[in-house]
Amino acid sequence: MKRDALPNQPRPLQIGEPIPRADAPAKVAGREHYAVDYYAEDMLWAGVKRADIPHAVFRGINSEEAEKVPGVLAILTAKDIKGSNRQGVARKDQPVLVDDRIRHRGDGVALVIAETREALREAIGKITVEAEPLPGVFDMEEALKEDAPWIHEDHPGSNILLKGHITKGDGATAFETCTHVVKATFELPYQEHAYLETEAGWAITEEDETVSITVSTQTPFRDKMEVAGALGLPMDKVRIIAPYCGGAFGGKDGITVQSLLALAALRFSGRPIKMWWEREESFIASAKRHQARCRYRLGADATGRFIALEAEILYDTGAYDHLGGAVMALGLEHAGGPYRIPHTDLKAWAVYTNNPVGGAFRAFGVAQATAAMEQMVDRIAEKVGRSPLEIRRLNAVRRGDTTPIGVTLTTSTGIGRCLEIAERHPFWRKRESWKAKAGPFRKRGVGVAAVMHGMGYGPVIPDTANAKIELTSEGSFRVACGVVDMGQGNAHTFLQMAGDILSQDLSRLELVLPDTAWTLPSGSASASRTTYTYGNALIDAANLLKERILKRCADLWMVTDPKELALVPGRVRHLPSGRETTLAEVAAFMDETERTTVAHYRAPQSPQLPDLEPNLRLHGIPHVVFSYGVHIAGIEVDLLTGAVTVEHYLAVNDCGNILNPQLFEQQVQGGIAQGLGYALMEEIPVTEGEMKTVNFSTYLLPTFLDVPDMEVIDAGGNEPTGPYGLKGIGEIPTSGPLPAVANALFDACGIRLERFPMTPERVLSALEGNRP
Amino acid sequence: MKISFTLNGKPVSCDLPSNRRVVDVLREDLGLMGTKEACGTGECGACTILVDGIPRLSCLMLAAQLEGRDVTTIEGLSKSGETLHPIQQAFVEAGAVQCGFCTPGMVLATTHLLSENPRPTREEIREALSGNICRCTGYQKIVDAVELAAEKLTEKGETA
Repeated sequence: MKRDALPNQPRPLQIGEPIPRADAPAKVAGREHYAVDYYAEDMLWAGVKRADIPHAVFRGINSEEAEKVPGVLAILTAKDIKGSNRQGVARKDQPVLVDDRIRHRGDGVALVIAETREALREAIGKITVEAEPLPGVFDMEEALKEDAPWIHEDHPGSNILLKGHITKGDGATAFETCTHVVKATFELPYQEHAYLETEAGWAITEEDETVSITVSTQTPFRDKMEVAGALGLPMDKVRIIAPYCGGAFGGKDGITVQSLLALAALRFSGRPIKMWWEREESFIASAKRHQARCRYRLGADATGRFIALEAEILYDTGAYDHLGGAVMALGLEHAGGPYRIPHTDLKAWAVYTNNPVGGAFRAFGVAQATAAMEQMVDRIAEKVGRSPLEIRRLNAVRRGDTTPIGVTLTTSTGIGRCLEIAERHPFWRKRESWKAKAGPFRKRGVGVAAVMHGMGYGPVIPDTANAKIELTSEGSFRVACGVVDMGQGNAHTFLQMAGDILSQDLSRLELVLPDTAWTLPSGSASASRTTYTYGNALIDAANLLKERILKRCADLWMVTDPKELALVPGRVRHLPSGRETTLAEVAAFMDETERTTVAHYRAPQSPQLPDLEPNLRLHGIPHVVFSYGVHIAGIEVDLLTGAVTVEHYLAVNDCGNILNPQLFEQQVQGGIAQGLGYALMEEIPVTEGEMKTVNFSTYLLPTFLDVPDMEVIDAGGNEPTGPYGLKGIGEIPTSGPLPAVANALFDACGIRLERFPMTPERVLSALEGNRP
Repeated sequence: MKISFTLNGKPVSCDLPSNRRVVDVLREDLGLMGTKEACGTGECGACTILVDGIPRLSCLMLAAQLEGRDVTTIEGLSKSGETLHPIQQAFVEAGAVQCGFCTPGMVLATTHLLSENPRPTREEIREALSGNICRCTGYQKIVDAVELAAEKLTEKGETA
């Protein structure tokens, strides 16, 4: 796919420069085709009838009236599915269409295929569900009780999808030796990804019986396996094409429309079929950030040195695993934050309920744990009488220390540096005078949060990427990228890497977006691992190709040492003589197979905690490489309304070496904005499994007026295992804002909430002395 | 019903159901995919188009309302021979584009803002664009882009 060239960029791309994104010109011109943008003359529409019952034995549907709607071609149910009818990343527990049991209101019971979208909507509205309601389980504690109804009869023992318990040192008995002990509970809300492009795609069964699915996804290669398994298709008969996503943030890490589209396409071979969820359906059917309940106890000595931590975190994974087990495991690993704590007792559960599905969302379980831990740290600071940054500096991990779960940090560990930079920052140093300037009926406060986030899949699941790069016969370079760009800009970063190695400008670089038929498996666009893992593979592939080109050219020119040759934009130059040839000419002297190189990379996997329960290791504990950061929020509270506005925001980041400062800032700023939404307004109240906010009129997202200008500081780290020293940046910024704002709220008004987000109602109620 | 209007500078006539949503007319009937739909209820601004120069939400407009109007979509913003309009170029350079799904709407809303107020303050930019939601950027670089666009247009002696 040829990208639009940027007019002002004739020079070779170089690492470290703030080069505007290569994907931006087509997007800004409205020329980029997303998964939703495909239409065809004879296209059919497919859509899903949702159960709207939280828990029931499924008996079937009544579709008599729906079938009479003109333009309706077929109404399919689980009976039409030939495969396992089960999907899921770790535990395959989610049906494509319900066959035995309805487990949440968003479950699909029937797939309708129609000539037009209007007919589709009308028919879906006329289908009724036949089911015998079962008692529902809507609270995590209730779900854990022995007599609670089982949500998955085939899951042994209980509604616990996965639990983890890790102790270090003397565990909770160490609290006896602590001078200061603080204790609190935190209730954290669901968060909707609210990507602007809702779940969408189109599919067609080709003449050779391959089902091609073009879909907004983060996981094309895993999707291929999931669709094949669920529908009983041979693996080589499923092809996934993944254009740029219109946002994803974890919500497209796993199956959305893929199997449904394939099911429809199999029925109407040769005809393109489109599915595009409306916003309300996206709310109802998609996975969200797990709502969570955290119970924390933190103890310190008289100076504020942390001695003991006890944490219990419950994650509501709703009806299905999705990635709930892995989310829980990452939260458990990060439960104690970036601190040296000699004695810990940490527990977490991912619990099945009949609530909406909890799944992957940027910061993946760590957002919840950090929200709790960072407010505990401030409570200790207050007891001891030290500043929030001092207490963090006193306890922050250094390389060689062990984390709260007992893992020795062996890679770059920059939290100390981030804290030092934050402490020297003028906003922090002059905070008291800034706070004093709040107007009448207003108070200001400044709050801190330290964050940490592990990269990649953990010690068991191979965290690999396979890069492919080709010198085309025209003398340009084509990077075949098997990992999705959901908006975060990794596609551009890959071109910048290739351009740096091969000394080429953007006009000579092309990117092929993921397509399971052409690009190579490179894992998911997730886990802060995308640029790290694929980037490392690409560096090897590009260097291999460069060496091959220079050697071939040396042969042609009878030059003994290829080091006398260099790549320059569009050409190869013999450095001693200045003689040049075009890359197109070099390409003509290479066989097609020689012009393509591939390289494989596998991210480092931790040998630590060998005795940890195998299932927790499988779900990702422990990690090797961690990013770090420190966030500072300056807020103003309106004492009459309880409204909190964020006036200042500062984030200091150790994400290794920064390859492109502009893209780095994009990630941090965007992550903070989502974190501020989580802190202040985003919430989905759920009653009996029914979401009360299913559109943007009731589910409030941060707008231009809710997010301040943010200061993003690079702490200047370097991670030797990373491509050019980089570490993951995608997720870590999202964890900081909630605790930073909560700590600022205490600093301003002396109140602490138990339930989040910090809406005006909750703040006002707490100001009036009510229990939060 | 038969509807005639100007679309990106060219006259268009089509026979459409009068209650067809304008976003569907543009995307499905006329093949202009640059206009995005993200909420369908007028909350997010992704489907913004310019109707007689004023930003309108095409998901809340019906085909009949197009009669006799002058409509600009993202595809019609740049002049012929120009790769990108200066506002679009500013969005690219300032790093205001991530997933890009809100971008066409943002650019068109900016076009209107700068036609009314050629040198807006950051506060005025935030206020003027507050009906457009972006989930990726945190808005800061979009504000930067609008400031940069204002500079570019002033330098050229042009208005948006």
